[in-house]
Amino acid sequence: MSEKVLLVDDEVEFVETLAERMRSRGMEVSTTNSGTDALGLVDEGSFDVVVLDLKMPGIDGLEALRRIKRRRPDIQVVLLTGYATVEKGVEAIKEGALEFLEKPVDLASLTEAIHKAKATKMVLVEKETEERIKEILHHKSW
Amino acid sequence: MTDPGAGGHRPADRAQTGSWVRPDLEIESRRYSLNLRRMWQLTALLMIVVSVSPLVILTAIDYRVTERSAESEILLNTTRVVSNTKVAVEFSLVERIAALDFIVLDNSFEQLNDCARLTEILERLQSSFTGFVDLGVIDSSGLQFCYVGPYALSGVDYSGEQWFEDVQQTRIYISDVFPGFRHVPHMVIAVKRDLPDGSFFILRTSVEVALLHKLLANLEISGEGDAFLVNHEGILQTSSRSHGDVLEPLDLEVPSYASTTRVYETSGPDGRPLIVGSVYIPDTPLILMIVNQKSALMAPWSETRRQVIGFLVVSLSIIVVVTLGVTTRLVERIRWADRQRVAALHQTEYTNKMASLGRLGAGVAHEINNPLAIIKEKAGLMKDLFSFGDRYADDPKLMGIVDSILGSVDRCSAITRRLLNFARDTDTTPVPVDLRETVTEVLGFMGKEAEYRSIEVAVEIDDDVGEITTNKGRLQQILLNVINNAFAAVSDGGRIEIGIGRLDSSHVGIRVTDNGCGMTEAQRRRVFEPFFTTKSERGGVGLGLSITYSLVSDLGGTIAVDSEVGVGTTFLISLPTSPGSKGEDTR
Repeated sequence: MSEKVLLVDDEVEFVETLAERMRSRGMEVSTTNSGTDALGLVDEGSFDVVVLDLKMPGIDGLEALRRIKRRRPDIQVVLLTGYATVEKGVEAIKEGALEFLEKPVDLASLTEAIHKAKATKMVLVEKETEERIKEILHHKSW
Repeated sequence: MTDPGAGGHRPADRAQTGSWVRPDLEIESRRYSLNLRRMWQLTALLMIVVSVSPLVILTAIDYRVTERSAESEILLNTTRVVSNTKVAVEFSLVERIAALDFIVLDNSFEQLNDCARLTEILERLQSSFTGFVDLGVIDSSGLQFCYVGPYALSGVDYSGEQWFEDVQQTRIYISDVFPGFRHVPHMVIAVKRDLPDGSFFILRTSVEVALLHKLLANLEISGEGDAFLVNHEGILQTSSRSHGDVLEPLDLEVPSYASTTRVYETSGPDGRPLIVGSVYIPDTPLILMIVNQKSALMAPWSETRRQVIGFLVVSLSIIVVVTLGVTTRLVERIRWADRQRVAALHQTEYTNKMASLGRLGAGVAHEINNPLAIIKEKAGLMKDLFSFGDRYADDPKLMGIVDSILGSVDRCSAITRRLLNFARDTDTTPVPVDLRETVTEVLGFMGKEAEYRSIEVAVEIDDDVGEITTNKGRLQQILLNVINNAFAAVSDGGRIEIGIGRLDSSHVGIRVTDNGCGMTEAQRRRVFEPFFTTKSERGGVGLGLSITYSLVSDLGGTIAVDSEVGVGTTFLISLPTSPGSKGEDTR
C-alpha cells in the first residue's frame, strides 16, 4: 500500500520536482502552494502524511500544523525549513509534528521520515479500530 | 588537522576577514580627552576665581578702610599734641610776661634804676622762674641805664634798634631768637610802662632758648618725631632732632598763617612723606611745628597689614593647591569613568554587531537554502530520470555532472548550515557544548584565509575533554578573537597550534600558540587593556582582546598570555566545565 503524501510549499518548482521524484518512488503525492489550500485538501482527501514548509505566506507551517492536527489527529506531519532553529523545532514537535528537517533535504531522509510517519499512522489507526471494536463489543453484548 | 573543511566557504570568509569593529572609535576617545583637558582648565579657573576673589576684594577693602582710619587717627593725635604744646609754650611765655608786668607796675622807674634793687629782683625772678638771664631798664631815649646779668651791657643805646620801635607800639615785645652781642641764642622780652608825665621806660629781659627747648624736649613724640619752634622767616628757634640746629634755616617749607592748628602731609628733603602739625603762637613771632615720619606713625598699622597679607598669601596658596588637586582628581575620575563607559559602549556595539551579523548571515543562509533545495531536487530528478530510463543510464559523463551538481549543493548547504549555527547562539543560557565541534566551526570561518596565506593550523584535542556546559555564543566569540589575533600575528606560511585538554576535574584549558612576531614584556602586560593595540596602522582599535578578557570572565574562566619577541605568543584560556563549578557565575 503506497503512502498518500501532501506536499505544501510556496516554492512551486521545488514542490513539483520533489513530487515527481517521490511519485517515481511509488508514493501517491499531491501538491499545493499555500497553507489554506492544504487545509482544504486535508479535509477532502485521506492523506497519510503532510510535508509542510515552515515559512509560507498566509498561514505558515506551524499554524497549518496546528489546524491539521485539530481536524485530523491521525495525519502525520513532517516540517521542512530553510531556517531551522532549535526553538522552532521544539515548538513543532510539541504541536505534534513527527519530524523537523532542514532544507535542502536529502530525498532519502525525507522518504525515511515519510515511511516512519506512515507506520506511526497505521499504528494509530489500528489502535483506534481496536478501541472501536472493543467499544462495540462492550455496548452490544450479544 | 589542517584547514578543516576549508573547501567552499567563500561567503563566510568574506564576512570574517573584514574588521569587526569600526576603526573610528580611536578618534572618538581622543575627542573625550580633549574635552577633559578643557573641563579641567575651566573648573580649576572657576573654582580659584570664585574662592580667591572675595578674599582679595575683602582684604583690599579692609586695607583701604584701615589705612584711612589709621591716617585720620594720626592727624587727630598730631593735632592734639600740637594744641597742647602750643598751650604750654604760650603759657610759659605769658607767665614770664606777667611777671615782668608785675615788676614794672610794682616798681617806679627810680626804684628799678637802682642797680642793687634790680639785682635783688633778678635773683627773686630766677628763684621763681627758670630761663631769666638778665634784666635791664631802658629809658624813653633808648639808653640802658641799669643792667644786671652776666654780660657788660650797661649804657648800651638801643634807640636805633627795631625792637625799641616795636615795643613803643605794642607795649609788650617778644623777639625772635638771635645771637645778639653775646653770640648765644636767646630771645628778648620787653615790657613798656607809660609814666604819668608822658614819658616811658622799658623793662627788658633775655630768656634762654633752653627754656623752650626743655619744654619741647619733654614732649613724648613717638618714633622719630620732632617738635621745635621756628620764626616766620623759617629760622629755627629751638634746635630740632633732624631738621637742623637752633638759628639754622628750616629745611621744610614754613607753614602759611592760620589762627588754628593745622596738620598736613608733605614730603621731606629726602622725599619721604612727613606728617606736619603747626600752629602760630599768637603775639609772638613763633610757629610751633611737630614733624614726624609718616612711615613711623603708620608702623603699627603696617605691621597688622603685613600679618593680614601674609595670612592672605598663605590662604591663597592653600586654596590654589587644594583646588588644583581636587580638580585633577575629579577629572581623573571622570576620565576613568568615561573610558569605562566607552569600553562598555564598544562592547555593546561589538555584541550588537555580532548579533546583526548573525542575523544577516541567517537571513542570507535562509534565502539561499530555498533555491538550493530547488537545485537539489531538480538535479535529483535528472538523476532519477537518468537512472530509471534506459537512454542515459550508462552515460558516465552525465551521471558525473549530476553528481557534481549534487556535491556542490551539499557544500553550499554545509556553509549555510554553519552560518545558521553561528548566528543561532545569541541566547545566554548555558548549554552543553562540544569543544571539538566549536573549534571546527570557528576554524571554518578562518579556513580560506589560512589557505590563502598558507598558514598551518594544527588542532589537538584530548579525548577526555568531552562536553562542557557554557554559553556557546560567547565561547565562539572568545575562540574567534584569540584565533583571529593569532592569524594577525603570524606571517604568511606561519603555524598556529590549538590544543584543548582537561586541567582538572572542573576545568578545561584551551591553548592557542602562534609562531608570529610576539610581544615585548611591556606590551604583554598591557595586552588586555582597552584601546591598547599594536595594529593601529592596520585598523586595530585594541578592543578585541579586552572584550575577550571580559567574555572569559563572564564564563567564569581566566585568560593568560605568554610571549617572546620573534618566537611567538601563547594564549591560555581556562574555562569551568559547568557554570557552577567555579563557585559563582561572574556577573
